[in-house]
Amino acid sequence: MKPCAVVGVGQTHHRSRRRDVSMGGLVREAVFRALDDAELTMADIDAIVLGKAPDLFEGVMKPELYLSDALGAVGKPMFRVHTAGSVGGTTGIVAASHVQSGKHRTVLAVAFEKQSEGNAQFALGSGKGASLGAGGSFAPFLRAYIHRSGAPEHIGWKVAVKDRQNALKNPYAHLKIDDISLESVRNSPMMWDPIRYLESCPSSDGACAVVIADEDGANAAAAAGRTPAWILGTSSRSEPLSFAGRDPVRPQACLQCAEDVYTQAGITDPRRQIDMAELYVPFSWLEPIWLEAHHLADEGEGWRLVDDDTTQLTGALPINASGGVLSTNPIGASGLLRFAEAANQVRGRAGEHQVDGAGVALAMAYGAQNQYFSMWVVANSLHPFG
Amino acid sequence: MTLTSDDIAVIGWAQTEMVRRTELTEAQMLVRVITDALEPLGLTRADVDFTCLGSCDYIAGQAFSFVYNLDAIGAWPPKRDSHVEMDGAWALYEAWLRLHEGDIEIAVVTGSGRSSTADPALIYPMEMDPYVLAPLGADPLTFAALQARAVIGAGIADERSMAEVAIRARGTGTVDVMLAEDYVREPLRRHDIPPITDGAVAMVLATGDRARRLVDRPAYITGFDHRTDCHNPALRPLDDSPSTRTAAREAGLGDAPVEFAELQAAFTHEELLLRHVLELGDEVAVNSSGGALRSNPIMATGLARVGYAADHIFGGGTRALAHSTSGPCLQQNLVCILGGRS
Repeated sequence: MKPCAVVGVGQTHHRSRRRDVSMGGLVREAVFRALDDAELTMADIDAIVLGKAPDLFEGVMKPELYLSDALGAVGKPMFRVHTAGSVGGTTGIVAASHVQSGKHRTVLAVAFEKQSEGNAQFALGSGKGASLGAGGSFAPFLRAYIHRSGAPEHIGWKVAVKDRQNALKNPYAHLKIDDISLESVRNSPMMWDPIRYLESCPSSDGACAVVIADEDGANAAAAAGRTPAWILGTSSRSEPLSFAGRDPVRPQACLQCAEDVYTQAGITDPRRQIDMAELYVPFSWLEPIWLEAHHLADEGEGWRLVDDDTTQLTGALPINASGGVLSTNPIGASGLLRFAEAANQVRGRAGEHQVDGAGVALAMAYGAQNQYFSMWVVANSLHPFG
Repeated sequence: MTLTSDDIAVIGWAQTEMVRRTELTEAQMLVRVITDALEPLGLTRADVDFTCLGSCDYIAGQAFSFVYNLDAIGAWPPKRDSHVEMDGAWALYEAWLRLHEGDIEIAVVTGSGRSSTADPALIYPMEMDPYVLAPLGADPLTFAALQARAVIGAGIADERSMAEVAIRARGTGTVDVMLAEDYVREPLRRHDIPPITDGAVAMVLATGDRARRLVDRPAYITGFDHRTDCHNPALRPLDDSPSTRTAAREAGLGDAPVEFAELQAAFTHEELLLRHVLELGDEVAVNSSGGALRSNPIMATGLARVGYAADHIFGGGTRALAHSTSGPCLQQNLVCILGGRS
């Protein structure tokens, strides 16, 4: 496997409705920011990987065909992945695979969702009605977690407040709730017990782009003073929807994916060796669930890291310093945003939400009913552990 | 382990019965076809290190349709897995890249689709530019007819040679009788148009040493590339296919002659255009399977082309080309070259 690194990151400003741009305009906004960040042009890109969630969200089938011009893909390989909500992460992983295989040198990963073009709730039910929506699907998992762990109810509120406060430091974030507080979260309407309105992700228009380069490209960026985010490991795992014995609160696919990516990265003590993580948390209670399913906390103890402020921006293990999916959720892009934010942290380019001393970061996205997992570990050097 | 660039091989494949309409779900088709691909190799799902499935929500008429197909791959314990909203031939490309990373040995890729559940004339306009082209509501036959006119205008095909392609693909018909029939979209007649087919294909890949232990004659992937042209058919030369030409060059078509080619040509003029662009002479056996004109399981049609090319190698052939395509008027094209070793 050949080394590779993130050398450019770009994202759009995210809003409920980006009526000022077409789908092509939206992806170009992210792509040009990523290319500028990498100090490259479209001519330097060998292949493009596009990810997004169901095409029914925008009502355009295989939109990468139409977007090939906007993406600068004409005459190049253009690849389209779709692995449900994890797709943004998978987009980064498949783009990295293009380079790790030795077949391509500089690859552009792009993910987008323009949810205002359609109705996400309607599309989640394939337009056939009777859709539980994402919140309705996940609420039983969250209730099960609370029941098992005995976590107090303010944990969910606390995650929501933290991520919204982090979003205030991120110029690209969608939700900016200046007066967010435990009281306002607690007093917001109950949507799907135990999920309150302010513990839920928004529906966003947005895109994210990441430039991944081979070792030469990464070294060139480093020589020019732009720290590359070396990709130390990538992994994906899937498990079926439903069968006796499956545990969606502590999914085997998540545990195995984390163990795989840690092994690749040389991580033996994730809680100590990982400086920050961007985890896919569309509903507040998923933060403690994922802390446990990534071995960042012992089983049943994830909520304590929320309670004792460990996961705050200034804590020992900041989670979702960007504001996370709770603040910005263009579904197909949300995973790549996690991967991109983790890269920016180790590149020292996260701006106001930079985690001090972030040298190793974990990013994760998941999809369907806690079934699809994609992760990568990035670091500011190829051998951060000596 | 470092693999040489051509040390990944197709070692087996299977396809479902190709039918106008199946009552099986996509997952049910995949359960059978994955088993059919693995069993003759003495492998089970537990031996598979990586899966990549190709399918399309709009063909299935359902968001996240592929999630149900996880039941077919045996993802317990959980599997390294991916999905492309593309023909299975691109799933093959992802698996080929993944195997190059060197840490795993066996991959299964699939393509699957049930086109019978809807009217293609209603589905396909939705893959066009949503602002400029989709509102026209033009169906795939209309765009294909535009390209057929360009191909005929360039002297690459005529209605007679197109009818001959159809006769060879389907093994039936008489040119003069066929040319007396009415147009469906001028210059396309019924025989120039693909059938609607439900079906699935599964393929097994292995890295060099493992491949050689499992089969006598692996079909090594010696070159693999795909490219896209611009989307709007009005903005590109329809009597040419630049992306096919580039993909073929990058896949090394020019390095040595091929004696066998399977082209994803759903329309008769597409076969003639692709032969022309790829410079395949009469000595090359083209679409001896009958091609997409005989059965056209959308999202699996391209992967089936690779399967037939692999069969040619398994049977003692030296070098074969498989082609797949996506988008209006051959917008996006993939070329995979397989070779045998003595």
